[in-house]
Amino acid sequence: MKPALGHGYRLQWEAAQNAHVLLYPEGMVKLNGSAGEILKRCDGQRTVAEITADLERAFEVQGLRSDVDAFVSHAVENGWLELRA
Amino acid sequence: MSGAAPNIGPPLWLLLELTYRCPLHCVFCYNPTDFARNEAELTTDEWLRVLREARALGAVQLGLSGGEPLSRDDLEPIVAEAHKLGFYINLITSGVGLNEARIKALQDAGLDHIQLSFQDSTRQMNDFLSSTRTFDLKSKVAALIRQYDYPMVLNVVLHRLNIDHVEDILEMAQRMGAQYVELANTQYYGWGFLNRDQLMPSREQLRRAEQATQRFRERAGQKMKIFFVVPDYYETRPKACMNGLGSVFLTLTPDGTALPCHAARMLPGFEFPNVREQNVEWIWRDSPAFNHFRGDGWMKEPCRSCPEKGKDFGGCRCQAYLLTGDPANTDPVCDLSPHHHLVTEAVARAQLPHVEEKPVLFFRDRANSRKLSGCTG
Repeated sequence: MKPALGHGYRLQWEAAQNAHVLLYPEGMVKLNGSAGEILKRCDGQRTVAEITADLERAFEVQGLRSDVDAFVSHAVENGWLELRA
Repeated sequence: MSGAAPNIGPPLWLLLELTYRCPLHCVFCYNPTDFARNEAELTTDEWLRVLREARALGAVQLGLSGGEPLSRDDLEPIVAEAHKLGFYINLITSGVGLNEARIKALQDAGLDHIQLSFQDSTRQMNDFLSSTRTFDLKSKVAALIRQYDYPMVLNVVLHRLNIDHVEDILEMAQRMGAQYVELANTQYYGWGFLNRDQLMPSREQLRRAEQATQRFRERAGQKMKIFFVVPDYYETRPKACMNGLGSVFLTLTPDGTALPCHAARMLPGFEFPNVREQNVEWIWRDSPAFNHFRGDGWMKEPCRSCPEKGKDFGGCRCQAYLLTGDPANTDPVCDLSPHHHLVTEAVARAQLPHVEEKPVLFFRDRANSRKLSGCTG
């Protein structure tokens, strides 16, 4: 499954908040660094495995899969992400 | 206290009340009752400048409201500039004036979201409460919103005269394909305060409405999210109004007056700055009006020594003023307030059966506004 931002959601960098924020109808979530890095990669083209591999490469760490899984399911629950086939 | 509170954050939420013109005349409108005094609206260029200045300060969520924002025929260029600047743009509309050509133009300009307000599910009640014939039109607008692939967000203002129809309202919302429904009880400001005794539901009405909402949730599942907002008069702690004035919220009224909350113009003793005379940065960071209620130096007892003051910021300044005459008092919704009886007395009156031939509500129209603001011409 390939996660993508939910309909009506927009991710953008806000210099004034020094953070990525997720914007949606009449609401906003300020994201911490790792949440921003994960969501940035949720483009509906890549699987969770591919996103994890990309993060591990970019930050030169291993074993992120369970963190990414946990965040993605949290984000799906909140409607931030939807899973595409 | 004086000067700026430490750590003034960005005005994350910018609400532009583009106009007070409105084809509806809702009895619960929070607009100032003397709106007929203030009809000199900012020009397109002035609004565009305001957008640029606010965005530079970090404003990011944008509400376009009114009055009816569609009454401005320059809504499209305003949306286009806001989109270019990176705002997330919410249009808050009655739907009157939204046809296919306009929704298409607004979408092309970058509009992100539309919140459609509805007065009731039955045509008679809807037309009575908004004192126009708009129900059919709104149903058409709801279909347009879906057709243009916007999330269908419906806002229904509840009050004594329609709260018994909650189940019908929810079924109507479902038929219209709504994804979010906000059932928000009237807040008693502006016209809503003037009509408060006619609008406040009884405890029994509230209980029935909440039960009906719960039944609907169980029946219809999670596909449509429902938010039910009770009138704060029924609470014993005040709402954290605007997250504290001057914290995240900036409203601009049609004539460019800057307010820390959309109802704040009523507060006495303030010279609220105007974007025609000052830039947004000075207004937000330096103006005395925006700094006055930052921090807790302005608070009186019982707020000042209250352990919950960081949670609710003493409640709503406008409500404190409307009910007690002093905006620095504790919001009387709080049962620690020495003025709490003003709230419980209003609630007690709401438990009495209303006499049918009660005085007519004040419809929000120019004639009433001029009367209420002492205008003669």
